[in-house]
Amino acid sequence: MSFEPRIVGFLCNWCSYTGADLAGTARMHYPPNVTSIRVMCSGRVDPAFILDAFRRGADGVLICGCHPGDCHYIEGNYKCMRRMPLTQLLLQQLGIDRNRMRLEWVSASEGGRFQEVITEFTEQIRALGPLKLHDYNFDPNAEEVHQHV
Amino acid sequence: MSKPKLAIYWASSCGGCDISILDIEEKILAVVDFFDLVFWPCAMDIKYDDVRAMEDKSITLTLFNGAIRTSENYELAELLRQKSVVLVAFGSCAGEGCIPALANFFNKDSILDYVYHKSPSLANGGGVEPQPEVQVPEGTITIPKFWNTVRSLDQVVEVDYYIPGCPPQSDQIVNAVMAVIDILQNNKPLPPKGTVLGATDKSCCDECPRERNIKKIKAFTRPFAKVTDPNLCLMEQGIVCLGPATRSGCGAKCVKAGMPCRGCYGLPSNINDQGAKMVSALASVIDSTDPEEIEQIINTIPDPLGTFYRFSMAGSLLRRVQV
Repeated sequence: MSFEPRIVGFLCNWCSYTGADLAGTARMHYPPNVTSIRVMCSGRVDPAFILDAFRRGADGVLICGCHPGDCHYIEGNYKCMRRMPLTQLLLQQLGIDRNRMRLEWVSASEGGRFQEVITEFTEQIRALGPLKLHDYNFDPNAEEVHQHV
Repeated sequence: MSKPKLAIYWASSCGGCDISILDIEEKILAVVDFFDLVFWPCAMDIKYDDVRAMEDKSITLTLFNGAIRTSENYELAELLRQKSVVLVAFGSCAGEGCIPALANFFNKDSILDYVYHKSPSLANGGGVEPQPEVQVPEGTITIPKFWNTVRSLDQVVEVDYYIPGCPPQSDQIVNAVMAVIDILQNNKPLPPKGTVLGATDKSCCDECPRERNIKKIKAFTRPFAKVTDPNLCLMEQGIVCLGPATRSGCGAKCVKAGMPCRGCYGLPSNINDQGAKMVSALASVIDSTDPEEIEQIINTIPDPLGTFYRFSMAGSLLRRVQV
């Protein structure tokens, strides 16, 4: 079976989620690989959500928020804008390709842009392949585990 | 009536936890007065077989310090779990990996390769590497197997309570041990499983005496590169301090002495990853809304991974670096 990326998308309630809705009502086609999670603001996306998504089997994480200057909460998306490069730096150090995470600005009227972003990001993750976290779970039957001392 | 039994064990650790137990000074007398100390490899001569010979659940309290990185550590963790009523993950190593878990930035092969073949101070002419089993004329010699990933105690056995810190502060050890004695003496109910003893549930900033204002940072710097104002929040002065992502209980000793918090008391219960929390904390003090400038400011943070996860790699969300 070919690899279908699993992508978690955190979409801000005021712009991007509405933009996604617009793409839907306008019958625009885009890959079904993104599981959307509505958050009130891109500033609500704690970096722990991203790490947790990867831990639970996501191959990519997408964060969409209002364009800079357009935040419903005035500066929530600026907080997101500052967090994400640092999160990407951390991911890179954690051995996870930084391109598995992407931040995009999608407004409520940009259904077409949402379609583009999803299509492009899905292809990008498909090219990167599945993310496998190795040696995460403790296996009490593993060969290295036992030795009578 | 026989006294309750106490065991103290060190797995992959530096011995600092054992020292901090001795640092409770004369209170140690109250401890040995109340408990029968049955197992403490750091301080008394006793063999693992003596522990194996004990009845299950015959040790009332085991303070287990050190991370789990070899088959020996694991065997003793299982053994002590079997023999103990209450097993406490004592110190940062047992709790979330601590310094030994920095090995999770690498893997077994690269660590052995560096230590036995590449380290500059090495004189290993024959390129010898330790083997779990070696045949000699007298028979077979074995040493414990070295794991690819360092684990915290609760990842391999069930843990009842946690006492955080690297090492746990002596006054907090006294509080915790005296509380246990009180519970046992007066037949009080035990706290719920998973309780963190000897610490509070707030962040280190809660105990920090430094003055805090609005933080606007244009560049981060390392502590030695700057003369800091002793009364002002270190983060405000551009020094990466793990206070916001660290449990309090230590009395904010490092920050009082002019050093930033390094995070040894681990996570407060309301957060689940120290590194992620630090990303949030630092991102909110960066004074810029321009992506390029933000990138520049972020690049002044020395080694984010090693700084944020210095004490919590094994217990973090991803547990190790993917190598």
